[in-house]
Amino acid sequence: MGSLSIRNVVKRYGPVQVLKGINIEVSDGEFLILVGPSGCGKSTLLNMIAGLDTITGGEIAIGGRIVNDLSPKDRDIAMVFQSYALYPTMSVRDNICFGLKIRKVPKDKQDEIVARVAKTLQMEHLLERMPSQLSGGQRQRVAMGRALARDPMLFLFDEPLSNLDAKLRVEMRTEIKLLHERLKATIVYVTHDQIEAMTLGDRIAVMKEGEVRQLGSPQEVYDNPADLFVASFIGSPSMNFIRCPVVADNGAVGVELQEGAERFVFRAPEPLREGLRRSLGKEVIMGIRPEQITDRSPWSGENPHVVSRSAKIEVVQPTGPDTLALIHLNGTPVTCRVHPEAAPHPGESMSLMFDLSKLVFFDPASEKRIT
Amino acid sequence: MGEPYRTQTAGSHLIGRAVIYTLLVLFALYYLMPLFVMLTTSLKTLDDIRTGNLLALPVQLSFDAWTKAWDSACTGVYCGGLKGNFLNSVSFVVPAVIISTLIGAFNGYVLTMWRFKGSDLLFTALLIGCFIPFQVVLLPMAQTLGWLGIANSTAGLVFVHVVYGLAFTTLFFRNFYVTVPVELTKAARIDGAGFFTIFWRIILPLSPPIIVVCVIWQFTQIWNDFLFGVVFSSGQRQPITVALNNLVNTTTGVKEYNVDMAAAIIAGLPTLLVYVLAGKYFVRGLTAGAVKG
Amino acid sequence: MNQPAGGASPALTRARRGIADYVETALPKIVLGPTLLCALIFVYGFIAWTAWLSFTESRILPRYDFAGLVQYIALFANDRWWTAVKNLGIFAGLFIGFCLVTGLVLAILLDQRIRAEGFLRAIYLYPMALSFIVTGTAWRWILNPGLGLEHLVRQLGFEHFTFDWIVTPGMSIYAVVIAGVWQSTGFVMALFLAGLRGIDDAIIKAAQVDGAGPVRIYGSIVIPSLRPVFFSSLIILGHIAIKSFDLVMALTGGGPGFSSDLPATFMYTFAFNRNQIGLGAASAMMMLMTVVAIIVPMIYSETRRQRHG
Repeated sequence: MGSLSIRNVVKRYGPVQVLKGINIEVSDGEFLILVGPSGCGKSTLLNMIAGLDTITGGEIAIGGRIVNDLSPKDRDIAMVFQSYALYPTMSVRDNICFGLKIRKVPKDKQDEIVARVAKTLQMEHLLERMPSQLSGGQRQRVAMGRALARDPMLFLFDEPLSNLDAKLRVEMRTEIKLLHERLKATIVYVTHDQIEAMTLGDRIAVMKEGEVRQLGSPQEVYDNPADLFVASFIGSPSMNFIRCPVVADNGAVGVELQEGAERFVFRAPEPLREGLRRSLGKEVIMGIRPEQITDRSPWSGENPHVVSRSAKIEVVQPTGPDTLALIHLNGTPVTCRVHPEAAPHPGESMSLMFDLSKLVFFDPASEKRIT
Repeated sequence: MGEPYRTQTAGSHLIGRAVIYTLLVLFALYYLMPLFVMLTTSLKTLDDIRTGNLLALPVQLSFDAWTKAWDSACTGVYCGGLKGNFLNSVSFVVPAVIISTLIGAFNGYVLTMWRFKGSDLLFTALLIGCFIPFQVVLLPMAQTLGWLGIANSTAGLVFVHVVYGLAFTTLFFRNFYVTVPVELTKAARIDGAGFFTIFWRIILPLSPPIIVVCVIWQFTQIWNDFLFGVVFSSGQRQPITVALNNLVNTTTGVKEYNVDMAAAIIAGLPTLLVYVLAGKYFVRGLTAGAVKG
Repeated sequence: MNQPAGGASPALTRARRGIADYVETALPKIVLGPTLLCALIFVYGFIAWTAWLSFTESRILPRYDFAGLVQYIALFANDRWWTAVKNLGIFAGLFIGFCLVTGLVLAILLDQRIRAEGFLRAIYLYPMALSFIVTGTAWRWILNPGLGLEHLVRQLGFEHFTFDWIVTPGMSIYAVVIAGVWQSTGFVMALFLAGLRGIDDAIIKAAQVDGAGPVRIYGSIVIPSLRPVFFSSLIILGHIAIKSFDLVMALTGGGPGFSSDLPATFMYTFAFNRNQIGLGAASAMMMLMTVVAIIVPMIYSETRRQRHG
């Protein structure tokens, strides 16, 4: 019903290929996020879904109909823009009704829809105001109200929260998530903020340079990034990447690391050994997230893959809930997350717990994940 | 800018201010002088003019020059004053302003909200038209107006002023609409609005400031024009600027300077009035055009 | 209806667009069309037409058989044309120079947080609202030897004061300068004032902290940063100067004789009064080429300079 099918979609501007073949199937009621750095093509793709930009190759289908040749108004979609795009000379009520009027919806039905939408978004008291009299958050709500009033098959959001301040952004994020759960609407949401992507989406498409690098659920993308780019893009503070050689170690496979003057080997956990064995003798890039390197905690003993090592702490950065500590492995700076109480002074050595069960390894040449 | 520099002592500061104000007032007098002279001369009798001097006030206040300028002064062969020419000017200025503003608005709308490949290039090509000396189009235009059967007519002057005013009006509206976010158009398209609906319901309501600027600018330019008037019209169809020039240059009998001055004021009054009432929009027009130029 | 991710998808129907959609896409181009047609025909086309005429022997009626450069040769042999060209040089130089200097001075003065600034600004600018014919008529009277300024100054006691430029062949063009500067200075002032107001306060404050006095600040910081405004003003004033026709016709009629002729008045006289269409066309082309030769390189060099920062 409200599904979206993007098949082999290509977009060219003259000689420049902006989208290189996108394939995504969105099910009815799914919340899909398109996330990536600026220039990756996510907004272009959204515009093409909306019909505001032409499709050079491939097909886009909404609700079972291929819409390549349809104008935006015939695609049964609604869009919320980064700059809200509220009609400045019309009141909030008229803004919401504008599309309805054009579709010749009868007046009493219009009023009904406006009342319903205003109630859902708690903006009944704003209906007679002009956009210039509203705050950023209120404007965003009106923009969403306009989209809701259309009751479309597909909602498109183009970085709607980027213009709001940090606190407001968090509030609106929650509202959008609640709205999705209540309406069960199909949503395609573009953002450059990976936190928004993680918290809002059912599935995330991480894009770079016109390609989808990985399409999966937030946890999938977080735990099993497809390549170096996805691994570095998702998660803040970013994953640590350490270049190290693969060595054999008493029948098992591991990677050799150096901290200060000491050399040691981290043994790969069983599931990863097969993949790593193929790279024996070569260098790989090991990825380990900051929260997988912590101070001693009561739970550490339960996890068989946790290894303890001590390291010298170079820099200490308290963030409140935890403290980030910087160490060096193989000459690379590595960020660790420790409890504020356990945090040492810079220059001191500290005993750290490394959770090896969540390690990922990348091939340095292709930048793709090995295991 | 504009902070008085505190490197001076209080005394030298005051002297500095006095000098500045004096200079400004002197300049103001210099600019007002011709207007004063025109006014006073037009209210004098010829005797007054001969016996008095340029800056003297009228001894015998007389409005005769004004009635003569309006009703019976000779502009060439015809001696019916400027009233006919005043109406001539009105009859082509008003349509020309309206038409060129309307087309300019649509052009500006297309160039900012409905960009297509090459539209910016077309805009530049259009803009170059602002710069040409009109002497290079006079001869062909005279011929063309003849062929179209609108030589020496109101329609002809409207046509000429619209054609050569389009570059400016398009410039005004395009520079104004560039500040309106394109996403408004996108949202309206998704809402189902078409090309004209978007213009009428969304863009036009935003436009009053630039419409005023454009109308004032066009009115001033077209009313004050002389070149097109003198080339493309003759006799009683001429605009008031041409008639004024004829009036002043007619050398039959005694030169009636007071009538000349009254006539000049009549010719200049409409645009002067517009300036007095809506001056700041006039300035915006000047600077808007100049920023691009 | 759930679609399996990455699996085979059922056949989809293709939606077609109607005639209305095709029209909508074409509409922007249709709307812009007439204007572009106008530019094409009435600007570029007419320029080509005039150019063609300048290569013919047209007199009272246009002829279209090619006659080479005969009109241009005649033009360059014409004393009156050279007077007009020389006058243009004098007029343009003085007109632009005085307007720039006076405009800048007035703008700087007005920028000093003057009370009644708006009022004064309105006074300096009102001449721009007047037709050049009105200005010319007024100044013709003011510069009238027997009854105007000369007479006034003599009445004040300076009995040997002469100011009859307007009827003196060698000096008539300077009278045009006076009237022209009076009319256009306000415009330059408005541009400079806007430019001054656009200067970042922080730069001035930094200079003051460095110990610079007002003269230094104006000379080394303010005026150099007004360069784009100088440039715009230069182009516009140059343009006004080259096109000057109305002012001369009203003030001196090109006279005495043709001593205050400018290329624009020359063109009009020969093309429309003297029935020398070919010669008039040639003079018009010369005017166009002057505009192109001066303004285009200026714009080009300035936009290049802007791009390089």
